[in-house]
Amino acid sequence: MDNPALWITLRSSQVGVSPKDPYIWSVRRRQLFGLTTGVAQVTTFLNVTVIATESLSKRFPRVTALDRLSVDVGPGVTGLVGANGAGKSTLIKILLGLSPATEGRAEVLGLDVATKGAAIRERVGYMPEHDCLPPDVSATEFVVHMARMSGLPPAAARERTADTLRHVGLYEERYRPIGGYSTGMKQRVKLAQALVHDPQLVFLDEPTNGLDPVGRDEMLGLIRRIHTDFGISVLVTSHLLGELERTCDHVVVVDGGKLLRSSSTTDFTQTTTTLAIEVTDSDTHPDGTRVVRDALHARGVEVLDGSNGLPGAGHILLLTAQGEETYDVVRDIVADLGLGLVRMEQRRHHISEVFTAEDEKRKEVVGHGN
Amino acid sequence: MAIEHPVAPAPGDQTRIHNIGYRNYDGPRLGRSYATRSLYSQSLRGSYGLGRSVKSKVLPMLLFVVMCVPAAIMVAVAVATKAKDLPVDYTRYAIIMQAVISLYVASQAPQSVSRDLRFKTVPLYFSRPIETADYVRAKYAALASAMFILTAAPLLVLYVGALLAKLDFADQTEGFAQGLVSVALLSLLFAGIGLVIASITPRRGFGIAAVIAVLTISYGAVSTLQAIADAQDSSGSIAWIGLFSPVTLIDGVQSAFLGAESAFPGAVGPSNGEGAVYVLVLLGLIAACYGLLMRRYRKVGL
Repeated sequence: MDNPALWITLRSSQVGVSPKDPYIWSVRRRQLFGLTTGVAQVTTFLNVTVIATESLSKRFPRVTALDRLSVDVGPGVTGLVGANGAGKSTLIKILLGLSPATEGRAEVLGLDVATKGAAIRERVGYMPEHDCLPPDVSATEFVVHMARMSGLPPAAARERTADTLRHVGLYEERYRPIGGYSTGMKQRVKLAQALVHDPQLVFLDEPTNGLDPVGRDEMLGLIRRIHTDFGISVLVTSHLLGELERTCDHVVVVDGGKLLRSSSTTDFTQTTTTLAIEVTDSDTHPDGTRVVRDALHARGVEVLDGSNGLPGAGHILLLTAQGEETYDVVRDIVADLGLGLVRMEQRRHHISEVFTAEDEKRKEVVGHGN
Repeated sequence: MAIEHPVAPAPGDQTRIHNIGYRNYDGPRLGRSYATRSLYSQSLRGSYGLGRSVKSKVLPMLLFVVMCVPAAIMVAVAVATKAKDLPVDYTRYAIIMQAVISLYVASQAPQSVSRDLRFKTVPLYFSRPIETADYVRAKYAALASAMFILTAAPLLVLYVGALLAKLDFADQTEGFAQGLVSVALLSLLFAGIGLVIASITPRRGFGIAAVIAVLTISYGAVSTLQAIADAQDSSGSIAWIGLFSPVTLIDGVQSAFLGAESAFPGAVGPSNGEGAVYVLVLLGLIAACYGLLMRRYRKVGL
């Protein structure tokens, strides 16, 4: 990375994105391989809080659903993680202004949930976790009706419905009754009704529930696009951490109604970065992998044992990146040896590892408490 | 999706398909009252199967025709025989056709509210600007309007027919107006009872059966008791018994205040004092239905 000009252009094209944004990383990786794919168009506003809660509590006669939850959520895609009963749905209900908090306060888009519920609901979309579609009407009819329920005039409702259904990937089938749709198509209709009035923020409750791996990937891509292409902020709940890692800028973890952690996805996954490298062999260096490993050792770069006993894994070197210079070191070594660099990619730590660690820490604390 | 895919144009053909990407909406947002009105019109149309499948149009349309055909026949007879009066009073028509009306409310009340409960569409409504009260009001008003259309249409047929038969204009207009007030009250009461029962169950079949049961059993019980009272010459109690079924309640109100001839045994309608109680009970029941619906939907929420 000794080309400052490249960096300046990259950074200036990413207006409003923190340097920790994962997309900076993805761009850098692409540039490394000489690919100049388009930079994701990001429309975010700096220093704007989309959701803010302040010691928000919700107590039911028997359970405490939320316990003094204070969290700020900025624009972008935010994941809300928690086990069943962790208080995710209760939080969404309070944020929609449908259920009063026992104590504390919350603001959505700068509007107080206790007094401005209707105004919030006009600007916010909601996709419930459960099935919510009548089977005997077509997707078009249903979404038009929902658009009008959000206050759109009839002509605008029809136009926005056609647009939104196209954006979520429903084409000719939108004229058929919803009863005959697959789960994936139903999820798209549910998403379309949440987006049809062009909200500033959408709450997506478990949007990948019941989808097969392909459908899951498509839905996650769609969620990412809601922010990058449509400019709508997203609060998405899930219990699958891998999904959130791929889609979210920020992750909020709640457990038993308490805030466990709130930080950006990059903080979760990039506290240490592991690089995976694969090089070609050449006539002078029949075992390129070994030569590079030795060279890296000589330059003081730690190389991990990445084989894990898997066949073929011996060709891949895993090393810990100690900042940006590591990339340069690798590039220089490979170039000096006259080898080809087949791949250099980040191996992220998974959020789940962070959780396991947190879990163990908590268990320890509890253990000590006893 | 953000990338444009121009379709290669044929020579001379200027048509291209561009993917124009996401467009933001900055038009007007008409808010709560507009949304409530939209829900009202959608529910009202739905009560006659409009905007729904062909199958769901059959029953309401059929019942509508069944309601109007006897009126048309009566008019035809009156015109042909040059009768001095219509064979049936305006206020009496709905009482005679009560089975059809009950069937209609039993089929359409669950259609209106049980569907939203069963398919869990209700949360989608309440995640939008409208409030519980708006939803209840829109649904109640829609079904009451649908029932008013059902019950007022045959009266209109009778009225137009009566004018064609050159019956006395003032007489007929007064009767028609009284009939309209009576069916308006009936529509409000029946719609309220139907919706309260239907909103309890997400199962449409249960809803239909329960509404029919409540309407017919209460009427059957009340008219049996009235007949017994009549046979035992305790005509004073006939009027009080009539308070306990929707149809006899309407009958009592209209025979006390709307110049109707009572359908009670011996044609003894309630006196004016008793009639006041009838009106109070009627209005109380309508208010209670509204209150129960509000309570029900406050719980449903998300």
